[in-house]
Amino acid sequence: MSTSTMARGRANRWWDHVTPAPKDPINSVTEAFLADPCPYKINLGVGAYRDDEGKPIVLQCVREAQAKIESSNFLESNSTAVSSKLVEESAKLVYGEDSDVIKEGRFAGVPALSGTGACHLFAELQRRLYPDSRIYLPDPTWSNHHNIWRDAHVAKKTFRYYHPDSKGLDFMALMDDIKNAPDGSFFLLHPCAHNPTGVDPSYEQWKEISSLFKVKNHFPFFDMAYQGFASGDLERDARAIRIFLEDGHLIGCAQSFAKNMGLYGHRVGCLSVLCDDKTQAVAIKSQLQQIARTMYGSPPIHGILLVSKILSDPDIKATWLKEVKVMATRVRRMRAALRDSLEKLGSSLDWQHITNQVGMFCFSGLTPDEVDRLAKEFHIYMTYDGRISMAGVTTKNVDYLANAIHEVTASDQDAKILCNLSA
Amino acid sequence: MASSVLSLASATPSASLSSHEISKGKLNLGSTSLCFSKEKTNPFIKTKSFGRVSMVVASNVSRFEGITMAPPDPILGVSEAFKADNHELKLNLGVGAYRTEELQPYVLNVVKKADQLLLEKGENREYLPIEGLAAFNKVTAELLLGADNPVIKQQKVATVQGLSGTGSLRLAAALIERYFPGAKVLISSPTWGNHKNIFNDARVPWSEYRYYDPKTVGLDFEGMISDIKAAPEGSFILLHGCAHNPTGIDPTPEQWEKIADVIQEKNHIPFFDIAYQGFASGSLDADASSVRMFVARGMEVVAAQSYSKNLGLYAERIGAINVVCSSPDAAARVKSQLKRIARPMYSNPPVHGARIVANVVGDPTLFKEWNEEMEMMAGRIKNVRQKLYDSLSSKDKSGKDWSFVLKQIGMFSFTGLNKAQCDNMTNKWHVYMTKDGRISLAGLSLAKCEYLADAIIDSYHNVS
Repeated sequence: MSTSTMARGRANRWWDHVTPAPKDPINSVTEAFLADPCPYKINLGVGAYRDDEGKPIVLQCVREAQAKIESSNFLESNSTAVSSKLVEESAKLVYGEDSDVIKEGRFAGVPALSGTGACHLFAELQRRLYPDSRIYLPDPTWSNHHNIWRDAHVAKKTFRYYHPDSKGLDFMALMDDIKNAPDGSFFLLHPCAHNPTGVDPSYEQWKEISSLFKVKNHFPFFDMAYQGFASGDLERDARAIRIFLEDGHLIGCAQSFAKNMGLYGHRVGCLSVLCDDKTQAVAIKSQLQQIARTMYGSPPIHGILLVSKILSDPDIKATWLKEVKVMATRVRRMRAALRDSLEKLGSSLDWQHITNQVGMFCFSGLTPDEVDRLAKEFHIYMTYDGRISMAGVTTKNVDYLANAIHEVTASDQDAKILCNLSA
Repeated sequence: MASSVLSLASATPSASLSSHEISKGKLNLGSTSLCFSKEKTNPFIKTKSFGRVSMVVASNVSRFEGITMAPPDPILGVSEAFKADNHELKLNLGVGAYRTEELQPYVLNVVKKADQLLLEKGENREYLPIEGLAAFNKVTAELLLGADNPVIKQQKVATVQGLSGTGSLRLAAALIERYFPGAKVLISSPTWGNHKNIFNDARVPWSEYRYYDPKTVGLDFEGMISDIKAAPEGSFILLHGCAHNPTGIDPTPEQWEKIADVIQEKNHIPFFDIAYQGFASGSLDADASSVRMFVARGMEVVAAQSYSKNLGLYAERIGAINVVCSSPDAAARVKSQLKRIARPMYSNPPVHGARIVANVVGDPTLFKEWNEEMEMMAGRIKNVRQKLYDSLSSKDKSGKDWSFVLKQIGMFSFTGLNKAQCDNMTNKWHVYMTKDGRISLAGLSLAKCEYLADAIIDSYHNVS
């Protein structure tokens, strides 16, 4: 054995300086939940749909699509055709069935690794083409947005969005921040069912935002992860985007099929970027494909096949639309039930935001301490910002949840009463 | 429509957008000009000269005015060109995707069975954890290192599911960039074309070590050792575990030992890319022997795996990154950082391919069947090599030694043809291959060996 096989101490200690990474705030909620042996525990963490039994479901449209897909899905020669189909059908959901943008091929579209992957591709594109630009993210936003643009080495700023007092939109501050940003800034917008707040601008407010964007020539980038979950109607949920389209903006849009098709684990989504013309679209598409090629090659075919089938088969698509409505309706019913329950318990706090807010999430207004108590004393899990995934609420657990919230907010209620007394 | 000047929230002065005609050649992202040079010119945009920004009038003009076409991928571009060709004798020896003797794509029987099992189970499609499917991670590490490997038992291996080889390499590259800033990766000359792009885009500096010797059409072992020795201490040495791509030239076991020696001497980290486990010798175990030897020496090792070729799961994007550490604590920390890198890239990896692999490798019956199919596929390639060699030897009267065809291993053969000769292969003979002289034997049938031999002989002797 040669002398050099003496393992030098240094040679075997490469990773000493690697510190443990902080836990992802959303995933760690699920981990804590899973580790809890309590039989009546509730997971209100991750935004994944559950039925009224609290179980994940496989949509009927997905089963039907699955049955129609042959085992030719492994043959790589098919993937270009299928990908193009996916992109075309996805674009129709965003821009409208009869959109000129699609007919004229005026957009660069690529399948992506769900919403995260689509945002990431865009962030990388942004850095390549506008290395000194920054992204404006709403405050608050999905925590991973910050990670995505940070890791893409794009500077970030936030713009005001949520009003903690009203638990609604801080519209004036929002418009102010849009106005004060340098001309031509990149903004990330949630077109519907804002995550984590559930607070969406109204139709009129969207129109004003779009107008101001035109004046400032800002770039609107939409992250649409919950199309269908806001109103139950996909077309309606896209209307913010349609406003921008009508106003002539050339937008970018990340789409996810994780929630509205229940395809979480398959990582299917789409990134589209509107262009001046077809030539430009082809060029941008080639850039996006190149970015993807050094990251993961291409997205996995299985999910692409499923979504492509669901969207292009009229019967299966009709089934899907119905199922989206069912999911959105159940969530809305749970909002009403939770609010009802709290009010019946005699809570003196204002809970109307539970039903005002839209989509999967409710920004409850609970403090980190209260969230902690809910976990430790009541085995109810949510993220520290007080975000509740309403999809985790069922007719069986809603009263227990209301009771728990009522308990942990007792001191807030006392404070409110005292406040009212002294006023 | 009002004209508008592109607006940029740019603090840097006009130097960053100087008038700059960028020729297509320069845009090849395989080059090093891109990544960490601090040059201000942006190679992705053709720009007119402007001074400061000023964007005023809103209009429909896109921000992406002047974006240039990215160059076609040199490997995938070959398949595209092949598709466009209508000649009846055309032959696609471009991308390394296994084909049957009838030159059809092949879905492995074990994969069909595993897929059927999944269908029957009807499992939900919930998110995987960021690190991937636990069952997959377990079997993939075992396949690579051997189920009884002490490092697995001692929990010293950080395994994270990745999107095939590419995705796994990228995770490792990002880890290197973050925790070993300035450390270089040494890659073989030549190597798979996408390696450079991956490290460029991950902002990891790289340089090459000599590998292929055109004179012998074999390994330049002295050059390789010399270059690894000359690299700054603590470099990452990218090694192909087996069936080197594109040359098909693998070190012998004795040479592997010497490579391990010099890596240890210089305190480098061995970084294996294993994309063809099973395709080199036909035995999954034997093909992992190089990696296992390094690990057995007590070395810390990084290893990327892919199931694209050996399970034909190209389109499902299934692979893994493994980091063998000196302690379970280090492995846990490394794994947590790999997860942190993955989360903003794609949140969590795709489930379908992982379940298939977990089923195939985890089920003894299916695993045995896979081993047999692997032997069959590798066997077909060995037969084709033999036939090609026989055809070349009998047809070529010049006395040139074609035995390298037999010595090379795996899917690829480095023919030694130069670019002009490769062009001749395509233009005259409708044989599609990459311009570095690589042919994919997986795309060759016994029936076409003679035709190919004619083409190679003609290109080699009559074109310079």
